[in-house]
Amino acid sequence: MTIKLSPEQLEAFGQELDELRNRTMADLGQADADYLRSVIKAQRAFEGAGRALFYLPPAWPLAVAALSVSKILDNMEIGHNVMHGQYDWMGDPQLNSRMYEWDTVCPSEQWKYSHNYIHHTYTNILGKDRDIGYGILRMDKDQQWRPNHLLNPVNAFLLMVFFQWGVLLHDLEVEEIAAGRRTWGDTKHLHRGMIRKVRRQVLKDYVLFPLLTGPFAPLTLAGNVGANLMRNLWTFSIIFCGHFPAGVESFSIEETEGESRGGWYYRQMLGSANITGSPLFHIMSGNLSHQIEHHLFPDMPAARYPTIAPEVKAIADKYGLEYNSKSLSKQLGSVYVKIAKLALPDSMEDLRRGLRLPFLGRRKATPATPPTPTSDAAEVAATFPRVDVESAVQDADPGLVGAGV
Amino acid sequence: MTLTQTLLRSPLAAALTTPHGVDRYIELVAPMGVVDEVRAKIVSIHRETSAGAPVATLTLEPNRRWRGHQAGQYVQVGVEIDGRRRTRCFSVSSAESKPGDLITLTMRANPDGLVSRHLVEDARVGDVLFLSQAQGEFTIPNPLPASVLLISGGSGITPVMSILRTLLRRGYGGTIHFVHYAQSPDHQIYEAELRDLPPNVKVRLLYPECGDPAYTTEELRGLVPDHAELDTWACGPAGLIELVQETYADSDRLKVEYFKTSTKPASDVVAEGATSFAVSGKESANEGVPLLEQAEALGLSPEYGCRMGICMSCTSRKTEGTVRNVMTGAVSDEPDEDIQICVSAAVGDCTVQL
Repeated sequence: MTIKLSPEQLEAFGQELDELRNRTMADLGQADADYLRSVIKAQRAFEGAGRALFYLPPAWPLAVAALSVSKILDNMEIGHNVMHGQYDWMGDPQLNSRMYEWDTVCPSEQWKYSHNYIHHTYTNILGKDRDIGYGILRMDKDQQWRPNHLLNPVNAFLLMVFFQWGVLLHDLEVEEIAAGRRTWGDTKHLHRGMIRKVRRQVLKDYVLFPLLTGPFAPLTLAGNVGANLMRNLWTFSIIFCGHFPAGVESFSIEETEGESRGGWYYRQMLGSANITGSPLFHIMSGNLSHQIEHHLFPDMPAARYPTIAPEVKAIADKYGLEYNSKSLSKQLGSVYVKIAKLALPDSMEDLRRGLRLPFLGRRKATPATPPTPTSDAAEVAATFPRVDVESAVQDADPGLVGAGV
Repeated sequence: MTLTQTLLRSPLAAALTTPHGVDRYIELVAPMGVVDEVRAKIVSIHRETSAGAPVATLTLEPNRRWRGHQAGQYVQVGVEIDGRRRTRCFSVSSAESKPGDLITLTMRANPDGLVSRHLVEDARVGDVLFLSQAQGEFTIPNPLPASVLLISGGSGITPVMSILRTLLRRGYGGTIHFVHYAQSPDHQIYEAELRDLPPNVKVRLLYPECGDPAYTTEELRGLVPDHAELDTWACGPAGLIELVQETYADSDRLKVEYFKTSTKPASDVVAEGATSFAVSGKESANEGVPLLEQAEALGLSPEYGCRMGICMSCTSRKTEGTVRNVMTGAVSDEPDEDIQICVSAAVGDCTVQL
């Protein structure tokens, strides 16, 4: 990706966004607190209704729907946003990023490290941001194709269905273990937290609540599996639409070295995409339908994103930057196309190089060769030297993995 | 404990409400019904004085979690003001309490104090406050000494009043010397109650601004000649307490309680003062750099992530002082506040839990 703005333009661009951010943050108050509490109330009400309706077998679909809504609200508009520290200013220990725990199997502590720190700091930098394909998918042309990417559609489908488990396992970096660059022992500090959280979540959803409904236990169990599944499908879709539709840019480690604040904003703006929709849709997506605003201002209460979006778009227009915002169906379609397209190598050269690599790669990856100038990716790569993903991970700042744990 | 309480506090209830916990559900329907946290409802509000900044006594009904308090202790009171929870310490002014008792807090609306002003001017009967359990060592011993001396200034009268009320309620027969300093008779808190005390309480109400002598060791000797031999409790503004401490030198007869005066408003452009890192016991002068860098320069290694104020990995507790957010310029002087040390620079004396 070529950075289109001069350093002076980047600086001015960053200042305009800083000004918008400061103005919004200074305005936070009772209305924002009341809004979050009303969402929490609604979430708890849906949860209560869902749990209760399992005692009424004909209402089973309603029960699953209510519980699904509860889990989606809990994970997105409440959990994700609270754990970003968006409501730390309230001083309420229960709504503090350090305290909040969400209704999913991944422990908040581990998610905050890989998400708030790694993903939000190094957004879309190939070799640094592990959210590009989550270590199993090829979601960017600049990721070197290898034979296991033929399974891209299958892997994406499995990730969608088992999304909460994918999020849980994210920090283990299983693909790095398979590739021999990380050992099982390196993940030891994560195990205890994972096991404890998984035990609690499974006990609640798959043992206790089913048992409490007595003769309807199998139905309740199926319903709870269903609600977790619905949440998985929905969160996967929203997140993939925010990060991987056509037009979203990625960056190399070299071009982001010594990046200014304006440069960071630039990367965040071009590395994310929005989904258009109704106010209810925005709430149900945790306002991550405003992924651009979220990536620019990850600690701003997400409910503010729709209000500031026109100003963000105006700034993008002013600097001639793409503000990627489309309907859910368009973004989702574009994501599916990408998943399928990137399963295949970009060129014969790409194929030959990929075939020389082992399936998961225990050997060190071969150095990148200049690509043939036949594809978009080649254009990008011709402007900036291509970074081999594997060696980039190895070469990445060693502090990256250790710091902050 | 009732059956409902037992059930709500059971491991089963915890397992069913994981990850949020039982209280996060109960509080939505009954804020006072939480089973793991102390809350208190305001049941009456009484105005104490007719001059100066208004003073109010709030009578509170704590919920079941309240374990009671010893005379002289304080509680942390949390209220939400414009969406933000603010927490301050207030001494309990009523006599020692058991679970289930009502308690009272008395506070003056400090013109610069968000919480005291809110509680005196805006709080209403029926409001629910966040409360901590009682804390503090400013308490009376068991068995009680033969006679006691109580010294207080201004609203420092509150824990002393709790001690006085407790002694009277227990039927204490010894002599209670009580020396109190206030601005004027019109500023006097608990005026009616102080006029109507049993003969073993020797009350001296002094109004230096109206011509009464101010506190000195000599004046105290004039009022209570054997003061040095008496167990003494003193509470008031820092200036008064320092003088009382001089009187008693290092005597373990004296127990004191300060109330924190708000830190001087620090200049928001010039870094001055020093920051003490309380956990490591280190300290260094402020130079306008973020506290994370200041700590690292001292050889500390606080947890951090992005170093640009977005990921919250470095959030630490600032217990005292003023910091400026280097990204936004926002200045904050809240006590006991969580700050992001990668983007917060101290602008006056600060204490951070690192």
